[in-house]
Amino acid sequence: MTFFDLRVPLGWLFVILGGLLVVAGFRADSGTDVVSLGININLYWGPVMMAFGGVCLWLARGSVRKRGGGDGEKPTGSQ
Amino acid sequence: MRFSASWAAASTKLPLRNCLQGRAGGASCHAEVPPFSMKPIHLEPIDLAILVVYFAFVLGIGFVLKRYMRTSSDFFLSGRLIPTWVAGLAFLSANLGAQEVIGMAASGAKYGIMTSHFYWVGAIPAMVFVAIFMMPFYYGSKARSVPEYLKLRFDEKTRALNAVSFAVMTVFSSGISMYAMALLLNLILGWDFSVSVWLSAIIVLLYISLGGLTSAIYNEVMQFFLIIAGFAPLVFLGLRDVGGWSGLQARLAEVSVAQGFAPGALTHSWQYMGSASANPMGVEWLAMLMGLGFVLSFGYWCTDFLVMQRAMAAESMASARRTPLVAAVPKMLFPFLVILPGMIAMALTQRHGVSELSLPAKPDGSLNYDLVIPLMLRHYFPPGILGLGLTALMASFMSGMAGNVTAFNTVWTYDIYHAYLRPKASDSALLWMGRMATVVGIAISVAAAYFAAHFNNIMDLLQLVFAFVNAPLFATFLLGMFWRRTTGHAAFAGLISGILAAAVHHGLTQPHGASSLVKGGWLGHVVKVYPSEMAQNFWTAIFAWSVCFGVTILISLVTRQLKTDEELTGLVSSLTPRTTEEGVVWYQRPAAIGAAVLALALILNIIFW
Repeated sequence: MTFFDLRVPLGWLFVILGGLLVVAGFRADSGTDVVSLGININLYWGPVMMAFGGVCLWLARGSVRKRGGGDGEKPTGSQ
Repeated sequence: MRFSASWAAASTKLPLRNCLQGRAGGASCHAEVPPFSMKPIHLEPIDLAILVVYFAFVLGIGFVLKRYMRTSSDFFLSGRLIPTWVAGLAFLSANLGAQEVIGMAASGAKYGIMTSHFYWVGAIPAMVFVAIFMMPFYYGSKARSVPEYLKLRFDEKTRALNAVSFAVMTVFSSGISMYAMALLLNLILGWDFSVSVWLSAIIVLLYISLGGLTSAIYNEVMQFFLIIAGFAPLVFLGLRDVGGWSGLQARLAEVSVAQGFAPGALTHSWQYMGSASANPMGVEWLAMLMGLGFVLSFGYWCTDFLVMQRAMAAESMASARRTPLVAAVPKMLFPFLVILPGMIAMALTQRHGVSELSLPAKPDGSLNYDLVIPLMLRHYFPPGILGLGLTALMASFMSGMAGNVTAFNTVWTYDIYHAYLRPKASDSALLWMGRMATVVGIAISVAAAYFAAHFNNIMDLLQLVFAFVNAPLFATFLLGMFWRRTTGHAAFAGLISGILAAAVHHGLTQPHGASSLVKGGWLGHVVKVYPSEMAQNFWTAIFAWSVCFGVTILISLVTRQLKTDEELTGLVSSLTPRTTEEGVVWYQRPAAIGAAVLALALILNIIFW
């Protein structure tokens, strides 16, 4: 018995949170830009977080494929 | 029990509550927000959405893990199945609560880059030591907890002393964490104190009682990445505002001179440590190296079950030995994430940058350093990333609570309930007791949070007593693991003597400008006034460790070893076969990784000398 691969929820969390930042970035008005020193920080940081989440999911793909619904196998990607 | 709960950070964690309240203590959390505090932050729907998504993941992990919790070993030790990188990041994150983040940023503002000593001197060498020299005994003995190791190595009374004091400490620490979070949320978001306490209690209760230690570990790792995601842009924007590292140095030189120190005292870590009066920390190099670098840091990182539980849950001996080493790499880089914001806030308060960030003052005119992080979050972050930063802050508070609660339920169940109350309890009874201990531990934490709100000084006193108990522990472990002759009676007597020595030293000394007996001098006669509270704490720890070390050796020489060599095999260095590393390439061996980690820490010390 092993636990599920942590990189799966971690990856999805960062993809979703990054996506929310991107949404916030596109909705930014000039007022919100001022507090970030003229940088639309949401629009820069959101994609970075999404990319990190994507890498986590890509690294975990092996364990997801191998587990195939059973919890009796060791997730190879968790090493 | 976090490192910041030890003496070492007495200047950060203990005053956190006072500083947030803006007075010496005894304040109610229901009191009005003090006039010096910041205007509450208004959260937009996008910020709330980020908070909701994160906590949905936290609870979701607990629910998914529930089906894996079939035995007490699954619940308390994660079935010893945790991969190295997860155990390593959890080992680090168990110590990375919001109190640490807020406290280290506050110290960065107050003491500058010298605060990095808590990382590069006060953590890295100890983490390398525990990985290479001590982990073979912790993991190899198959002890389920640190108190259980003491029972196997020494005797029941030594285990009982450690188990009971640790259980009480963790549950109160959890309450203090809860209290600090509720107070902070009340100040920066205007949220009701009771709502924050109960909401955090319910979330932590749910995910720990469902998924046990694994749930805590998984959430600690998510929190680790969330803190980086939330604070890295803060440092970037702050550095941009202050004009980069050179702009920061120039502004802090003005601050340093205004405080009566040399221009570089806030931006050099070692250069001004020849004398305690030459640096803002008020500590000289010997107290730093011996007090923090040896006694306190080794005492925490090498003996505290809260962090050690993460390594003991690793999937193999090799994995357990690499756990602290994996943790050491990000640990040595964290000063850039948590100390730099404090330095930036201090520099901008002295002379504004592009924007006008300025630390608020307390009623007595001194700056409120504990508001560095919340203030910078509000100042630099627009809606969206603001929600991310606040989520990271809340996640680390809850992770702090969860770490303490998982350590508490394990020690309570294995070292108190199973050892003394129901020795014949079945495994399913232990699993049930673990869940009940989680409920009770959180209930006590909630009570402690309210208690702290109304009797602030008593909580400060309790933390002081906890610090006395922690100080001599490393001497006991060092002798126990590396000197076969050390006896149970000697270990117990040494610990008690060390605790008393800490109390007596504290009672006979005071930091400069002490205003209450909690700060020392309570024995009625002050024999030494230290330049700062931190110097007093470091020297108290040195005394406690030395007395414990000496008394344990002396009593070992005059008492009989009751354990046979067979019983001590796997627990003591000279009786344990060396861990073989045949077939492991040299760069994957703990000694090689440890040497590389130490070399990197040395380079960082030299760069910021």
